[in-house]
Amino acid sequence: MSLFLPELALTLMAMVFFFLSIGKPRASTLKGSALALSALALVISFHTFQLVMGKPAELMFFDAYRIDIFSQMFKIVFCLGLFIVIFLGEGLKGVSEELRAEFYMFLTLSTLGLVLLVSSVELLTMVISLEISSFSLYVIIPFRFQSGYRKQMEAGIKYVMFGALATGISLYGMSYLFGYTHTTYLARLAPVLPEMIKTQPLMVVALILLLGSFFYKLAMFPMHFWAPDVYEGASNETAGFIATLPKVGAVALLLRLVSFAGVELNQITGILATFAVLSMVIGNLSALVQEDLKRLLAYSSIAHAGYVMVAILCVSVMGYASAVYYIAGYLIMNLACFYVIYHVSKNGDNVTLSDLKGLYKNSPLLALTLVLGAFGMAGLPPTVGFMGKFFIFTSAIQKSLYALVIITVINAGISAYYYLRMVRAAFLTSEDEASVIPLNAAAYALGVFFIATILGMGIFPQVFMDFAKMAAGTIL
Amino acid sequence: MEHYLIHNTLSYPILSVLVIVPLLGAGVTLFLKGDHAIKAWGLLVTLVTAALSVPLYTNWDFGTSRYQFAEVTEWFPFLSLNYVVGVDGISVLLVLLTTFVMPLCVLCSWTYIKDRFKEFILVTLLMETAMIGVFVSLNTVLFFIFWEAMLVPMYLLIAVWGGERKDYASIKFFLYTLLGSIFLLVSIVALFIKTGTFFIPELMAHEYSFSFQMWIFLAFTLAFAIKIPMFPFHTWLPAAHVEAPVAGSVILASILLKMGGYGFLRFCLPMAPAATVYCVPYLIFFSVVSIVVGGYLALGQSDIKKLIAYSSVGHMGFVTLGIFLLSDDGIKGAMMQMLNHGVTTGALFILVGIIYERTHSREIDKNSALGMAMPVYVTYLVIFSLASFGFPGTNGFIGEFLVLMGTFKTHLVAGGFAILGAILAAAYMLRLVQKMVWADSDGHGHHDDHGDDHGHGDGDHHALFDLNMREIGTLTFLVCFVFWIGLNPKPLMDVMDASVTQLLHQVGDGMKSIPGGEHGSGHHAALMDMGRQIREWVAMR
Repeated sequence: MSLFLPELALTLMAMVFFFLSIGKPRASTLKGSALALSALALVISFHTFQLVMGKPAELMFFDAYRIDIFSQMFKIVFCLGLFIVIFLGEGLKGVSEELRAEFYMFLTLSTLGLVLLVSSVELLTMVISLEISSFSLYVIIPFRFQSGYRKQMEAGIKYVMFGALATGISLYGMSYLFGYTHTTYLARLAPVLPEMIKTQPLMVVALILLLGSFFYKLAMFPMHFWAPDVYEGASNETAGFIATLPKVGAVALLLRLVSFAGVELNQITGILATFAVLSMVIGNLSALVQEDLKRLLAYSSIAHAGYVMVAILCVSVMGYASAVYYIAGYLIMNLACFYVIYHVSKNGDNVTLSDLKGLYKNSPLLALTLVLGAFGMAGLPPTVGFMGKFFIFTSAIQKSLYALVIITVINAGISAYYYLRMVRAAFLTSEDEASVIPLNAAAYALGVFFIATILGMGIFPQVFMDFAKMAAGTIL
Repeated sequence: MEHYLIHNTLSYPILSVLVIVPLLGAGVTLFLKGDHAIKAWGLLVTLVTAALSVPLYTNWDFGTSRYQFAEVTEWFPFLSLNYVVGVDGISVLLVLLTTFVMPLCVLCSWTYIKDRFKEFILVTLLMETAMIGVFVSLNTVLFFIFWEAMLVPMYLLIAVWGGERKDYASIKFFLYTLLGSIFLLVSIVALFIKTGTFFIPELMAHEYSFSFQMWIFLAFTLAFAIKIPMFPFHTWLPAAHVEAPVAGSVILASILLKMGGYGFLRFCLPMAPAATVYCVPYLIFFSVVSIVVGGYLALGQSDIKKLIAYSSVGHMGFVTLGIFLLSDDGIKGAMMQMLNHGVTTGALFILVGIIYERTHSREIDKNSALGMAMPVYVTYLVIFSLASFGFPGTNGFIGEFLVLMGTFKTHLVAGGFAILGAILAAAYMLRLVQKMVWADSDGHGHHDDHGDDHGHGDGDHHALFDLNMREIGTLTFLVCFVFWIGLNPKPLMDVMDASVTQLLHQVGDGMKSIPGGEHGSGHHAALMDMGRQIREWVAMR
């Protein structure tokens, strides 16, 4: 039972906020309990990770729920992400005051859904976990409070519609899988699927449809349309969450599911490779012309989904480990950018590139964080983004995916331009004397944490890669 | 791995120290206050680095082509990735060039940089770390990390302290270089997959199929041709040079451009020898085009910095021409040309910076007829201009002479065009000197500028003060190099001798894997002939 503690901790946290939402708690109480409880969840997830280290995987709930190094490692990432998101948006500038307890509750529930998702090894459990995660997000997107601003409604509706569509598509795919194999357990699907894919063309369709809702979560072509509008409409804190944690969850599940397609190249990997390429190209080309920073990050995330897909398609321990490493690094780099957005934005409104003007003078720390976040995502050494791309290239060339590598490389080159635009905006324009951005000690510490992590993971990747390899080993 | 290296026997790990000292210096800069303290600190750090690098020359082992002062530490065992540094006769000279040019970069910015001095020193020191790192890395990943790490500080140097069109120039620089280096990364990974190692000497020793060589050769060449820069990838250079602050221009001209040449020598030639030989005619063609086009474009410039920038394109054409002659003269000439260009063009950019501080203009017409007002200045100007077009007795002569000599031995037509380039160099440099020292030929000159909006007083010569001691010191130091190399190049040639021989040996050996027949027998025979010649020459030594 102790292995189930992270889930219980998050449930407890959600319940605490449910009760808090009934009364009228002070802002500091809310903030304090959110930080304390998410830190508790983080510590517990570390603890359970240590418990499963070196042990065989354990199955629960009629074998529908699997606890192994892979799942526990992702749980650490989720709890860490939740903690950072809460820490980063501590003032909750973009959420109306009476809804803050609910905001924390739904944020926690969404994380809980993701934590359940990475452990589920049965199709229906997977769907339910995914829906727990999504429904919470449907609720908090319109929470944004700003007089006269209505785009959060549009964003909320778009997210719901796309989410419903994606789930429908996934369930449709699952129905085929069930029809052919009479089981919903991954463990029983795995041995028969590779053979079936060769003989039954419909299985290719079924599997691709099944992956639909993960493409949606990851904002990958062809389910990427929601990302820019939702990022733009949601408050900065919410967008920071949507941009990172669900994507990590989607990658985890894609890693579990794509290995079914078999290690050799076939129609499924061909289709997925096409999606990856289109994701990169569409994401990068659209990002070039964005002015709103969150829209820019949304398109860049579409492109990053493509890069991760390349790593997943390697279907090797090295490729899987690269994907885990890359998405963890992406989480940090992206949150670093959202941290800057959150602090630059006044009263929680959206930040455009021109709002970054003079950032370097107003807050050198924010500017430096932005530089590392942006150049990290562009893949410049010595950041985690470079090492991630390096590992992806290495594993893809090992698998002779030359065409994919070349396309990825060209895309990385294109993407450098818009990341550079972000940095340029922060550094170059200094004529107007904007006010200094105040950072309290906690915010300062968070900035230093981002800088240290982006550089540390880039310069000493060995530790992280060892864990990533260990995790990848348990699912391949 | 060990038989490629001679481990460091000095009392301190010299190469790591050279990389780390500027980095630590940059870290300390963050905590300093006051422009003067920061300037002094920057100068101190660069001078200490230069002093620490001296044992590289005094303890140099001339008789070996192995990598000296080497250090190996395990870094990332998962991919058998080690931290390996070491220098051979080719890279050691470029390391020394870097460590000695950097103090001058700080000195020449003493009054030129007006604001954000702390960040300026920070960025300059980071640049030094990255540049030294590039030359000492013996591991392709380490090399690439330093190579890319240069991009951001250099971008900031241009983008923050640059001139009017700094946005355009810095982005162009960044994107061009990034494009090249991405292909560099792919070839590094491809080489690793093929051989299972990132260690450069082992990669050189490995034999690759001809088609594989062609692919990595093209990728490497694209990266280095952009960096050096070779026609038709040269267009970022004038933009970057013109807009960069004086220290940025000096770093660009003296060191950054050399990385292209270094890359050709370190990667293209030894790792893809057959592909190199196969592509020699095309590369020689582009080199000669660079020389002639650079010269012609320089001839027409009215902006001093642009003129020098285009002259760099021409000079770097001599470097690539020398490298791809694949002969002893050629490669040594190319190396000498790189060092000389580092000294001379660096000095010329410092001179432009000095005059820009006084007149706030880089137009030749607005800086004419300085002879009376600034006699010391024009003396230096004349010396470095002569050195720049290769006047005998100056350093510029040695490199160009060696390259031309090598060219005429094997490629008569290319030599003819290269001579044309050398003549053009004399023409544009003499035109520059004539206008800047004496008045315009039509009698107008400096006095035309009364009331212009560049605001250097009333254009009166008395408003121009001559060089101060700091500037004289900086330039005199470089003048010493001009004549030392010009009159006695032997010590430098001796340093690179063993390594160049080894390099040619590798190229000669690699010629064996050229496929027969498929490219037409005539061409094939010519290639085999060239391979035989190189092998014979190496055997003779």
